Amino acid sequence: MNMHVSGLANPATLERDAILYNHETKSLLRFIACGSVDHGKSSLLGRLLFEAKLVLDDQIETLRKDSGQLTGAVEDLDFSLLFDGLSAEREQKITIDLAYRFFATEKRKFIVADAPGHEQYTRNMATGASTADLALILVNAQSGLTQQTRRHALIAATLGVRHLVVAVNKMDLVDFSQSAFAAIETDFRKFADRLGDVSITFIPVSARKGDNVVNRSPNMLWYRGPTLLDKLETVDVTPRAANEAFRMAVQWVSRPTADFRGYCGMIAGGEVRPGMEIIVQPSGQRTRIDSIVTADGVLDRAGVGRSVTLTLTDNVDVSRGDLLADAAAPSQVSDRISARIFWMGQGTLSPGGRYHIKLGTASAAANIAGPMHLIDLGQDATITPVDRLMNNEFGLCTLELDRPLAADRYDQNRETGSFILIDAETHDTVAMGLVEDAVIPAVAVTPATDTVRTSIVGKVFVRVARLLGANESHTRSIAKAMSWRATGSLDTFVIGFVITGNAAIAGSIAGTEILTKVALYYCHERVWALVPWGRR
Amino acid sequence: MNDISLTSGTTHSYLDQLEAESIHIMRETVAECEKTVMLYSIGKDSSVLLHLAMKAFYPGKPPFPLLHVDTTWKFREMIEFRDRRAKELGIDLMVHTNQDGVARGVGPITHGSELHTDVMKTQALRQALDLHGFDAAIGGARRDEDKSRAKERIFSFRNSHHRWDPKRQRPEPWRLFNAHKRKGESIRVFPLSNWTELDVWLYIHRENIPVVPLYFAKPRPVVNRGGVLIMVDDDRLPLEVNEVPQVRNVRFRTLGCYPLTGAVESEAATTEDIIRETLDSRHSERRDRVIDKDGSASMERKKQEGYF
Repeated sequence: MNMHVSGLANPATLERDAILYNHETKSLLRFIACGSVDHGKSSLLGRLLFEAKLVLDDQIETLRKDSGQLTGAVEDLDFSLLFDGLSAEREQKITIDLAYRFFATEKRKFIVADAPGHEQYTRNMATGASTADLALILVNAQSGLTQQTRRHALIAATLGVRHLVVAVNKMDLVDFSQSAFAAIETDFRKFADRLGDVSITFIPVSARKGDNVVNRSPNMLWYRGPTLLDKLETVDVTPRAANEAFRMAVQWVSRPTADFRGYCGMIAGGEVRPGMEIIVQPSGQRTRIDSIVTADGVLDRAGVGRSVTLTLTDNVDVSRGDLLADAAAPSQVSDRISARIFWMGQGTLSPGGRYHIKLGTASAAANIAGPMHLIDLGQDATITPVDRLMNNEFGLCTLELDRPLAADRYDQNRETGSFILIDAETHDTVAMGLVEDAVIPAVAVTPATDTVRTSIVGKVFVRVARLLGANESHTRSIAKAMSWRATGSLDTFVIGFVITGNAAIAGSIAGTEILTKVALYYCHERVWALVPWGRR
Repeated sequence: MNDISLTSGTTHSYLDQLEAESIHIMRETVAECEKTVMLYSIGKDSSVLLHLAMKAFYPGKPPFPLLHVDTTWKFREMIEFRDRRAKELGIDLMVHTNQDGVARGVGPITHGSELHTDVMKTQALRQALDLHGFDAAIGGARRDEDKSRAKERIFSFRNSHHRWDPKRQRPEPWRLFNAHKRKGESIRVFPLSNWTELDVWLYIHRENIPVVPLYFAKPRPVVNRGGVLIMVDDDRLPLEVNEVPQVRNVRFRTLGCYPLTGAVESEAATTEDIIRETLDSRHSERRDRVIDKDGSASMERKKQEGYF
């Protein structure tokens, strides 16, 4: 699909050199387009490109042939046909795999991850969301939100997508009704607090007619927000990790001559400057940056997203897989990581499973340790203990590594807080992992730890988990039962002794009671935990 | 190159981002694979790829050789350019031709574009990769070139018969590439996956990257074959009765075997001109390639058979 050629609105009237400059310096937005099957995603993307005059003549010709519409107005063509790439997809008229589309306007270059709607292809959606700044979620104005809509929104938010654009499509089929649009917005907002810190924009559109895609709709004068293209062109794209501490995973050690030793990598967080004190992780050696070397010359500083070669002031031991971090704010180093896992493998993921982990540029062997919890995306991210994760499920578990690795929490840094699991036999990539915490005690971590509480998505989990009673571990409930019984039994003994004057009777009452009431308290506690009434 | 992108840690144009990501991909490839080669087809994408490789390993040289699969039907200017660039940059260039195909006299004119491409390009590439035991081959394909390419991964696996299975592709979340191979598998790596034709030209312009002069318009002898302008590059192109080459001001948007590559009439003589022309263009670049029209979904099929 060639949609790269920017046919600008009226190039003849624009200053040519300004165009060149503009093109070279404009910003990049990566977004993912998702939504349920039949909500019109491909049609909307096709319409966006057509209205922005980015569909070329030979593509329209092919489109006419593919759709069998050799005559008729160009506006009436089925633009979704621009996208189905594999013959299997055209035969079955569905999208199987994640496709990448490219287009550019005067303001921005766009990389679109076009994700299929079916639940069995959720892994493609998650992959696309992992690098996206924005998620475009299609909702059919006639049918409203579906479970898939909620699922996609939750996955996008979990993977750190900061902006959601909910495009309410097929507005022409509901007579451009403001109330139909408002009802969907209200419905979506009801569960939006579970999405954490994301911006949400609702736009009423008609992919078929072009309303509010590029041009403002004359049919919906009640809508005062941006058109879809306006939104895509103006949303903030500053990487979140730009404000975080310096991080760079070493990819390659460059030793072209005996007197040059440089460490190559892409900056994953913050900024680096010569003279800055850094720590090599996991070894913990400290040194300073000597210079930032690039083919374009030596830099005085470099930020997130640049591929550079760093030289260090001391001759320390650094190799591929090491993380260079700001000495004042290093990453966590641990051989135990608690993580959210998205399981993409064919079988199941369960405690005891052994995989290769790739975290940044580091590799290790990883053993899955329990307990394991399922985050049910179909049920608004409720958390329940499980003994395995099935294909396309999100869960929580602990990984035991055969050596310590450096990592950050995913909500702090998408690059140093993410990993994949690789099957040792098939060599397939079977899971995506989001680091929750890299320093954890030997006792299993449940979603109620402080780390999870402070993370954005963690907050969502805790809120939902509280409703389900999963914010108290069973161990904690038992400990509370025992401490309460110790206090209670002492009280019973004292009262028994005061009334009967007989220490033996008082002792046996208190002794019997301690056993029965520990059990009763535990049950009572668990039952109350299930009752949301009266909570604030 | 502009100063803003050099000194600033945050203002980072999209071309800088594309460059940084491509460099990252090349470094991952050499770090994770045993024996890497870069396929060099002499075209503009290869020129960009080579430039990125020089930058990725600076101050060192790229730790892999270049491989050119020579079908013996390339434009003469391409071959001159290839040899000159390899010498200037001091890099190891390997050239492979399918000698079996040469012995059989396979060519685009006598055997048709499909068979020629299969024997002299697809088979030849497989021979070269097997001969030297390369487990990773870096190539300049872009996702915007073709519908099936849009779905191909950056690390794209081939089985021992060099076949691509679109249904067995590994997910590539974040920038985490999995280079673990099954027995007999090899990897094609596409660092320019997220670049478009326009990006390539803007980058060539910004970085002053040398490209084959055939991309720039000048008077050249061509014949019109069914609407496609074919350049008469040597005397191997048989002329039909009464067919006389005409000199027209033409250039090429893509470069391949000369009898299979259509020229476009153009006045664009500099990279700026080409960028302007690309911006105004109403046609995609592969329209001028004869081989992509061999059948519907032809690229997908060729790729499954091992075409790069």
